[in-house]
Amino acid sequence: MLRVFWCVLLRDLTLALRRRTDVLTTLFFFIIVVSLFPLGVGTERQILQILGPGVVWVAALLASMLALERLFAADYEDGTLEQMVLTAQPLSLLVLAKITAHWLLTGLPLVLIAPLVGMQYHLSDDAILIMMLALLLGTPVLSLIGAIGAALTLGLRGGGILLSLLILPLYIPVLVYGAGAVTASGIDMADTRPYLALLGAFLVAALTFAPLASSAALKISIE
Amino acid sequence: MASNWFRFAAPASFYPLAGRMIPVFWILTGVCLLAGLYWGFFQTPDQLGGSNAQKEYYRIIFIHVPAAWMSMWLYVVMVVWAAIGLVFNTRLSFMMANAIAPTGAIFTFLALWTGAFWGRPSWGTYWDWDPRLTTELILFFMYIGYIALHSAIDDTRRADRAAALLAIVGLVMVPLIFWSVNCPDPNQCAALHQRSNLTQIEGNILFSMLAVTFGFWMYSFATTLMRLRSIILTRESDNSWVQELLVKDGRA
Repeated sequence: MLRVFWCVLLRDLTLALRRRTDVLTTLFFFIIVVSLFPLGVGTERQILQILGPGVVWVAALLASMLALERLFAADYEDGTLEQMVLTAQPLSLLVLAKITAHWLLTGLPLVLIAPLVGMQYHLSDDAILIMMLALLLGTPVLSLIGAIGAALTLGLRGGGILLSLLILPLYIPVLVYGAGAVTASGIDMADTRPYLALLGAFLVAALTFAPLASSAALKISIE
Repeated sequence: MASNWFRFAAPASFYPLAGRMIPVFWILTGVCLLAGLYWGFFQTPDQLGGSNAQKEYYRIIFIHVPAAWMSMWLYVVMVVWAAIGLVFNTRLSFMMANAIAPTGAIFTFLALWTGAFWGRPSWGTYWDWDPRLTTELILFFMYIGYIALHSAIDDTRRADRAAALLAIVGLVMVPLIFWSVNCPDPNQCAALHQRSNLTQIEGNILFSMLAVTFGFWMYSFATTLMRLRSIILTRESDNSWVQELLVKDGRA
């Protein structure tokens, strides 16, 4: 079981690293969106400090959603996905491996670049630390929930726009508590704990149910 | 008896039954709405609440609250039919879920719209990011997502099953909406909606609200069955019984 997981994970990572631009596009999309806001709303320090957490989270939501289309598309087109569905291994495990690879390539870079983005918005060190923690807990949830939508819209015309309509409403709780944690850190660091605990709870729930739901969705899309 | 359970699961036998039920539901809708609205407008107190009372405009409650209840209830019903369809593979249950979605979306919109009109005189604003408003808006998006996904897939079987799965995933939102009012600490949640409790409502108001709710419920039955009948005809148009029916009506 674990070997299959590693096998799919390493395969997806190798494939993605051979085409690095895909990974970098997501990252640069995130950076560009975040950098656009100060140009639009003005560069005053106080405004940016208030806007910062929300902007970073919305940008992370959009970046992770843009990358979702590629999660199953390539494997669907060349028939690999059908073979995966036919294997004796549980499909949800294979899907979880694919989601993990997807998060390592699109979610983790966002977490690592967050301090830089935080400095653009004059966030304090504490706020940046909390933002990284919240992103670390929250971005996997985005990948997990998004995988359900990606599986449902597989191979449809206009799949990308449809995907955003299906998935963004489900992202809202992560957005609210993710941005809330960073805002709360400006008042008292101890106040951030419930937010992080809730994000952790979302992560555990998504880890449990999302692979099952996405594998069911894949079976519907492929049959 | 055992064989009767699935008799009406066949679209061909449910179609005439639905046709006979629709007028009954329309009559019930009319009676309940008239009774509820008459009682609500003329037999209830002129103001609501204690020290800072809401005057006549509180009567929006007789549309607003039933619409909000129905918006959540219809989502649950839709998910139940979708789940039955996924488990038993019955075509009619998917059609049922599909027929409920537009009515549910309309009630969600109605709840948001009447809420805005109520919010203006009582809160001084058409819209605020109160938890219940936000979650009701998300529910509206869920209905739209369900309809959009279903209409984006050409293959009916895949469309039914994919949209059903999406509806089931979206079910997590309904308890959130329901409990978003009864937040543990009102100071922290900044909820504009007051806590509600059926036992504390004045009798006449409660009666009108329940009558209108029942009317809306019957309305949902009537419109859903009408929509269901046209979905059945569209999907089964290749079958002989539909052809015979059309010939009998002189429309083919």
